[in-house]
Amino acid sequence: MMSSLDRKLIRELWRLKAQVLAIALVIASGTALLIMALTTIEALEETTAAYYERTRFADVFAQAKRAPENLQREIADIPGVRLVETRIVEGAILDMPGFAEPVVAQLLSLPERGPQLLNALVVRSGRLADPTRPDEVVVSEPFAEAHDLKPGDNFDAVLRGRKRTLQVVGTALSPEFVYAIAPGGLMPDDERFGILWMGHDALTAAFDLKASFNNVTLSLLPGADEKDVIRRLDGLLAPFGGIGAYGRADQTSNWFLESEIAQQKNMSRIMPTIFLAVAAFLTNMVMARLIETERREIGLLKAFGYGNWAIGWHYAKMVLVIGTIGILIGSLIGAWLGHWNTELYTKFYRFPFLLYRPGPAGFVIAGAISLGAALAGSLAAVRRAVRLPPAEAMLPPSPPVYRRMWASRTALAGALDEPSRMIFRRIIRWPVRAFLASLGLALSIAVLIMALQWVDAIDSLAETAFERGQHQDATVAFNDKQPIDTVADFENLPGVLAAEPYRFVSARIRHAHLSERQGIIGAPAGAILSPVFDVERGRIEVPPGGLMVSRKLAELLDVSAGETVDIELLEGRQTRLSLPVVQIFETYLGTPAYMDMTALNRMAGDGRVVSGLHMRVDAPSRATLLESLKDIPNIAAVLFRQAAIDTFYKTMGETIFIFIGFFVAFSMTLSVGVTYNSIRIALSERARELATLRVLGFSRWEISYILLGEVGILTWLAIPLGATIGYGLAWYMTSAFETELYRVPLVLRDATYGKAALIALAATLVCAAVVRRRLDRLDLIAVLKTRE
Amino acid sequence: MENEASAIALEARELTKIYRMGAVEVHALRGVDVALREGELVVLLGPSGSGKSTLLNILGGLDTPTGGTVRFRGEPLTLDSERALNLYRRNHVGFVFQFYNLIPSLTARENVSLVTEIARNPMSPVEALSIVGLGDRLDHFPAQLSGGEQQRVAIARAIAKRPDLLLCDEPTGALDSKTGILVLDAILRINRELGTTTALITHNAVIAEIANRVLYFADGRIVETRTNAAQRAPGELAW
Repeated sequence: MMSSLDRKLIRELWRLKAQVLAIALVIASGTALLIMALTTIEALEETTAAYYERTRFADVFAQAKRAPENLQREIADIPGVRLVETRIVEGAILDMPGFAEPVVAQLLSLPERGPQLLNALVVRSGRLADPTRPDEVVVSEPFAEAHDLKPGDNFDAVLRGRKRTLQVVGTALSPEFVYAIAPGGLMPDDERFGILWMGHDALTAAFDLKASFNNVTLSLLPGADEKDVIRRLDGLLAPFGGIGAYGRADQTSNWFLESEIAQQKNMSRIMPTIFLAVAAFLTNMVMARLIETERREIGLLKAFGYGNWAIGWHYAKMVLVIGTIGILIGSLIGAWLGHWNTELYTKFYRFPFLLYRPGPAGFVIAGAISLGAALAGSLAAVRRAVRLPPAEAMLPPSPPVYRRMWASRTALAGALDEPSRMIFRRIIRWPVRAFLASLGLALSIAVLIMALQWVDAIDSLAETAFERGQHQDATVAFNDKQPIDTVADFENLPGVLAAEPYRFVSARIRHAHLSERQGIIGAPAGAILSPVFDVERGRIEVPPGGLMVSRKLAELLDVSAGETVDIELLEGRQTRLSLPVVQIFETYLGTPAYMDMTALNRMAGDGRVVSGLHMRVDAPSRATLLESLKDIPNIAAVLFRQAAIDTFYKTMGETIFIFIGFFVAFSMTLSVGVTYNSIRIALSERARELATLRVLGFSRWEISYILLGEVGILTWLAIPLGATIGYGLAWYMTSAFETELYRVPLVLRDATYGKAALIALAATLVCAAVVRRRLDRLDLIAVLKTRE
Repeated sequence: MENEASAIALEARELTKIYRMGAVEVHALRGVDVALREGELVVLLGPSGSGKSTLLNILGGLDTPTGGTVRFRGEPLTLDSERALNLYRRNHVGFVFQFYNLIPSLTARENVSLVTEIARNPMSPVEALSIVGLGDRLDHFPAQLSGGEQQRVAIARAIAKRPDLLLCDEPTGALDSKTGILVLDAILRINRELGTTTALITHNAVIAEIANRVLYFADGRIVETRTNAAQRAPGELAW
């Protein structure tokens, strides 16, 4: 049998349903975001681990020029190595039907006999290439999707200068290319970069590598010393043009994937935590005010002999119900969003399957924080109410003491009409309550600003990196280093306005016990198309000697300007030497290191060579240029700046911006929840007073002004406060949000403050309109007949 | 019911009460001595602000005095113990307020069971409501009842626990005379039939006729005590 008190609870909750829902939505917002973020990470980590395990993703990777097949046995003898698989990895330029730009491809060999030992392909359609048929290829699924390729389709490719027609026999996914990124690229571009797998014999023939390999991957025994294996492997491959082996952590696709997971973790730690804290504060505040309106009932229950615990439990149940509704809504939305968000990631991170099996941790954490905050807020209010003797609690609070203060004597105060005076006196009389109400709104504006800041920051990042920092239209990377005279050949191509060479050498940079595998870019003196660019200082001339290091790299190596680092070049003669760090510059993307090109060439002992070049292209002749590039041998990659900008925004648009979209939507929910409750509670606190005014002859609009004017003023006060807090949150966010992949600049456009303020004002207006309708229904007689 | 020989149910000595209302200090009681006998019906009469409600609240354990003592059946009330006062209210005292103070979200029956659920030896809500003549309105919400009916629900709620003390603060204050008489009838019936010691506040001197004894209040003190030779039935009253 349900007790009367529980019956009361249910009916009260039903009576307050709009408020209950508003509070539940505030709780749901915080909960949903945290659950979304936590479960996304969980799913990404689980999926990655399962995928890597099932496909036997290698532990160590190495590239060489040309190593004899029999070296394989020596590699297998390195202590700690479990499996070795040698193969051929080469670049090619593809001419895709109906696509103007040359497409860069990476070709990988499939073993002659038997299945792949490591990095096994997951065939998505068709079959693997037949080793006896040299023109059959398996293409990566995302590339096939981008070009609408199906088994049976053909396209042309230039392999080592020779044009061939290749036939697609299947599509596949590989653990090595979860994130398929062209050399030098930043984001996956499935239209312009593809992975192809071909028979081993076909590739040895095409690249003249008979009885040789140029790439090897290893898996290690548990407990093996990866660094030691890499050192020994480098030793074995050095005579054959090895350019430094690296572990999983430095494998491009895995590195991006790990960075993304790290970034997600970062985001889930910071944004939802801030959000949940704000939601918790608001819940606390709203519940406290709600309970304060229950003061009379609490007094009455005490008069009947209900104990403090019974009363506390009664209201705790109320909070628990509201909180549980919020958590349930939040969990459902959060789990759904988490699943959706993870699926979104699989668009860029290509997994053949997705494990979304959220554990209880996320839900428990989010639920406990939300409920705790709600309970704390309401029980504090219950405690204040039960502390009063019942006789006093049942009386309306004694009239507050208003005083004429300096503000009342100013000319402004004299000009105010009585209703306005009532509004101001109320705010001045309860400054703490007014401040808290304002703070609640300000916090919802602040989280909105923090979320919207991302759009500004990413715009600024793209502008700095792609527009202010770079001026080339296209970048060509060669398979192998080329003599510097090649630059002149390219300058003579139709449509090329200017060409600027660059050199790139794989290297390992050490400082004390810290070490980073980081290629060094050689920029020519007076570089204009792609200079060293500091986000503050702009273009920087490369000094003739010494190394220029980006700030993030300097941090990773714990090195400052003036100190010396040890450099081990991983190409050519594998030179080792010490160089001073002459300058540190700030960049938003990656962790680059620069040197003067001539100095780098001298250090590598290669003479006057280049790795690639940047070009300015005359727009009308672009098509002709693209055609001629498709036939030039030895090109490993062609990157277009506009395409890079487009893919950057596309990727951001489909990942971070959507994530941000949720934050904006939830911030608005927060804003509405807080505003509605503030107004609604103000109405229950003042219903009597307002009814009295109606009886005295005030119109509905006039009493609306008195009630809503206060909320209006508090909203206006909340805007600058919210902007300030929002700036602080954005600052904290950007300083805490820093990965090797990119840093987020603290940029806040005026329009962002404006948007946040407008959204808050709109929320206030909507809520005010809803509550105002209740003012029309104010029961004058009933209010005046009872009490006081 | 009451006679000189019956025992003292409730006794207060030297009660003082000072309220601080904002910046103002109000002396609500300035040294009150009073004793209620078992089964006695006492009316407290006086202008508003004279201290009647304050006294009633202190006697009922709803409020604590600034000074003085209260003894219930010879035992002193532990005025500084929240728990003890709560148990005293729960087990011994029934209240009727001027503005009924019904819970609007509960029906008549549920308002009564709100109290019977925590009482030691209550009557059933139906029985309590029948005593006040509302046996046919059990499932009405307060908003569906007239003022007199609401007040009778409040009385049913107060007596359902079979209290030793029934304290009524202007129970007819918000009612017209006809309805008021019905309410007084209900209170008198309980006083007689259950032997409940009853204290009733009013500023309507006519109502004092139904009492065994009338205490006149002014300025925080009892200024006069009058014993009625004969009680009049509420039906004989008119105001």
